[in-house]
Amino acid sequence: MSAALASSGPADPVIEAQADFRSLMNALARPGTIEAFAPKLLPPAPLPAGIGSLALALADHEAPLWLDPQLAASDEVSAYLRFHTGAKIVADPAAATFALVADFARMPPLANFALGTDEYPDRSTTIIAAVDAIEADGPLELAGPGIATTARIGIAPWRDGLTAELAANRALFPRGVDLVLVAPRRLAALPRTTRVREV
Amino acid sequence: MSAALTATDRSSPTQHKGGEGSTGYNFAYLDEQTKRMIRRAVLKAIAIPGYQVPFASREMPMPYGWGTGGVQVTAAIIGPQDVLKVIDQGSDDTTNAVSIRKFFAKTAGVETTTKTADATIIQTRHRIPERTLTSDQVLVYQVPIPEPLRYLEPRETETRKLHALADYGLMHVKLYEDIARHGHIATTYAYPVEVAGRYVMDPSPTPKFDNPKMDDCAALQLFGAGREKRIYAVPPHTKVRSLDFEDHPFAVQTFDKPCALCGATGVYLDEVVLDDAGGRMFVCSDSDFCEERRADGHVGAMLALPSSSPARGEGVAAVPVTEGSGT
Amino acid sequence: MYVAVKGGEAAIDNAHALLAHERRGPEDVAEIAPRQIETQLKLAVDRVMAEGSLYDPKLAALAIKQARGDLIEAIFLVRAYRTTLPRFGASEPLDTARMAIERRISATFKDLPGGQVLGPTFDYTHRLIDFLLEAGAELPLPAEVEAAHEATPRVTDLLDDEGLIERDVPDDMADVGDLTRAPLDFPADRDLRLQALARGDEGFLLALGYSTQRGYGRTHPFVGEIRFGAVTAEYVPEELGFAVPLGSVAVTECQMVNQFHGSADVPPQFTRGYGLVFGQSERKAMSMSLVDRALRTREFGEDVVAPAQDEEFVLSHCDNVQATGFVEHLKLPHYVDFQAELGLVRKMRAEHAARRQGTDSELKEAAE
Repeated sequence: MSAALASSGPADPVIEAQADFRSLMNALARPGTIEAFAPKLLPPAPLPAGIGSLALALADHEAPLWLDPQLAASDEVSAYLRFHTGAKIVADPAAATFALVADFARMPPLANFALGTDEYPDRSTTIIAAVDAIEADGPLELAGPGIATTARIGIAPWRDGLTAELAANRALFPRGVDLVLVAPRRLAALPRTTRVREV
Repeated sequence: MSAALTATDRSSPTQHKGGEGSTGYNFAYLDEQTKRMIRRAVLKAIAIPGYQVPFASREMPMPYGWGTGGVQVTAAIIGPQDVLKVIDQGSDDTTNAVSIRKFFAKTAGVETTTKTADATIIQTRHRIPERTLTSDQVLVYQVPIPEPLRYLEPRETETRKLHALADYGLMHVKLYEDIARHGHIATTYAYPVEVAGRYVMDPSPTPKFDNPKMDDCAALQLFGAGREKRIYAVPPHTKVRSLDFEDHPFAVQTFDKPCALCGATGVYLDEVVLDDAGGRMFVCSDSDFCEERRADGHVGAMLALPSSSPARGEGVAAVPVTEGSGT
Repeated sequence: MYVAVKGGEAAIDNAHALLAHERRGPEDVAEIAPRQIETQLKLAVDRVMAEGSLYDPKLAALAIKQARGDLIEAIFLVRAYRTTLPRFGASEPLDTARMAIERRISATFKDLPGGQVLGPTFDYTHRLIDFLLEAGAELPLPAEVEAAHEATPRVTDLLDDEGLIERDVPDDMADVGDLTRAPLDFPADRDLRLQALARGDEGFLLALGYSTQRGYGRTHPFVGEIRFGAVTAEYVPEELGFAVPLGSVAVTECQMVNQFHGSADVPPQFTRGYGLVFGQSERKAMSMSLVDRALRTREFGEDVVAPAQDEEFVLSHCDNVQATGFVEHLKLPHYVDFQAELGLVRKMRAEHAARRQGTDSELKEAAE
């Protein structure tokens, strides 16, 4: 392992992991709420700092990672994640605890990831995807647990057909994937419980 | 497994610098690998409201059954900025609450408080505070038996199937048998609830008086069962319905008299035995709520008495609690 | 005026100081040293290591001292310490055929290669209190023999040669579970069951094993062999790729041989129950092997009818640290729930009285 790899990790892993986790926990508990999220991590390109920081906070040898083609193409990204998390990087998205997606517009269908079983719906993939922007009051109307009435949010880019896939994902409940979206300095989440409608 | 060769495992357990947290143990006691495992379980629990996520509960330096689940959840979510409150039976002064609060003051160096309003994380055993919780707070419950169906079906393999099928007939039969026998549902605490229209969940042994506070609550509610190795959650603003029947609607306990110390009504009261001659008084179970009211000048019947001798006046003695008449 | 009881930190600190004082006892008696416990109360140390799941005699002895001789409390101390230790991986399987034998007996053969070695045992002692121990009597020196250096084959390996006993090679050596790192899931595989039993409470397993002998899930057991002695533990570091010795651990192994009538696919043969514990504890190793065999009931197409055969029942209740915590948590305050129950009982009594009164007056009317 190179010294460069080791030195590019978090300065205070204990406190940074806690802060990252808390932001994610809050976002997942309150879909539609946009969390301020400015991780200090400087991972190698093309791994965005936000999803890199969440991966370091949550993945380890008990929680395998799947990388989208853009990330998987970089040996440096794989080496970095392996070194800092100890996680296995899997080729099958359905074998991943966390899927890291840098190219959101080309994210595979949600149904390709682990959806859990009726008896163990928790054995499912959490997708952590980088997007360009997350805005309040966007064209997506959200409802469900964590939302008092309804919430509005805008995600850019929005992948074609994703709204329908999220509806199908919702219909699988309690099975399904959970989606975490990270934009520069912002974080939001769409857990499987959220009903998403374009308005 | 080659866990030893990664950066993450090499860096833990880290001794966190600063504060009173310098104990030789990691920040908030748990090692980072354990925290990640618990955090992953918490995230799943939030995404699947009411579903019990299995987690590899660790042996803690306090006994199983004494809050190890709640302590592990708190340790996994707490950060240096948090302000922690710990209650047992509604009170900050009960020995186990004191012990857990001290544990986190020592291992995480965080600020602790007895004031509900000031806390960002409240760990509780058997009560939900009377003061309405806010969206800036997390309520962490200590849970002894997380499975609401356990006393009806002891086998995990069976109850897991029942949850998978959303087959809660057993529970309805049990509640209905209560009605047939007693004329009403005879469950007063750990009263089962349905979360977000899907999972039936054990609210932990809180009195059913507290059940309505779980519904549409602004705070995130997390539940940790250490010995039974389960974590579950109710996200904010989630429908939590106490199971009942149309002709026998759910009702909470009501008390005929206000708190003897602060005069509060519509709160849960503890019965305190004053003497061996039948003298009783009823006081707030939520000690912070009661103290705050008294500080605001509210005075209950006991404090209003002119003398400082133990009261036996009719104003305080034998205030009966009424079971299930009202909402 | 009524003042709420404030337990508070001072009371807790005072209780702890008193506990330390009581632990020390009268100061005119010499304080016990952990080293004395380690060497003279060795079987207590062995039990704490076995159920504490940590091979460290010095630490176990210290825990026994701190726990004032309460072994379950000492086990708890060791467990809580163990949780904080980093983990590097799993050792290679122990090769008990290469054990430095201190004791080895078989009940199924009169004599066998390696011989019967009685070793240090209470068996055949007359259980008469030895009042000479009170004063510390001088002891006769034990007899010495040349240590045998060749491996002592296990009885079950001898039976295996003839195909009389089931093969006992796990399908997947690489993937051994660990119930301290992953939540137990039912049905549990045998590796996890054995781990749970090895950590399980000696008394609980003893009672369960005993129950199988009395007909609650009978397994027709024979002690193929019990052996006790030191075995080398080896570990393969990823970066080296070959096994290096880590040290030696003393273990007791019990191979129970059980009758099995066979099935459509399997000819009649003997089956195995296995017990392995840290230190010297034949009672625990034997109980474990009885319960292990009982828990394999389903595997042999037999019906689960007895507690010892019921995996969920046994595995969910064999851990004494869990059990003692939950039983003893009942002394924590429960007055909030008790208040709720008080209200209910009062209400139901009032309803009961009202019904009685109603019935009485109806009867009275009927009589008039």
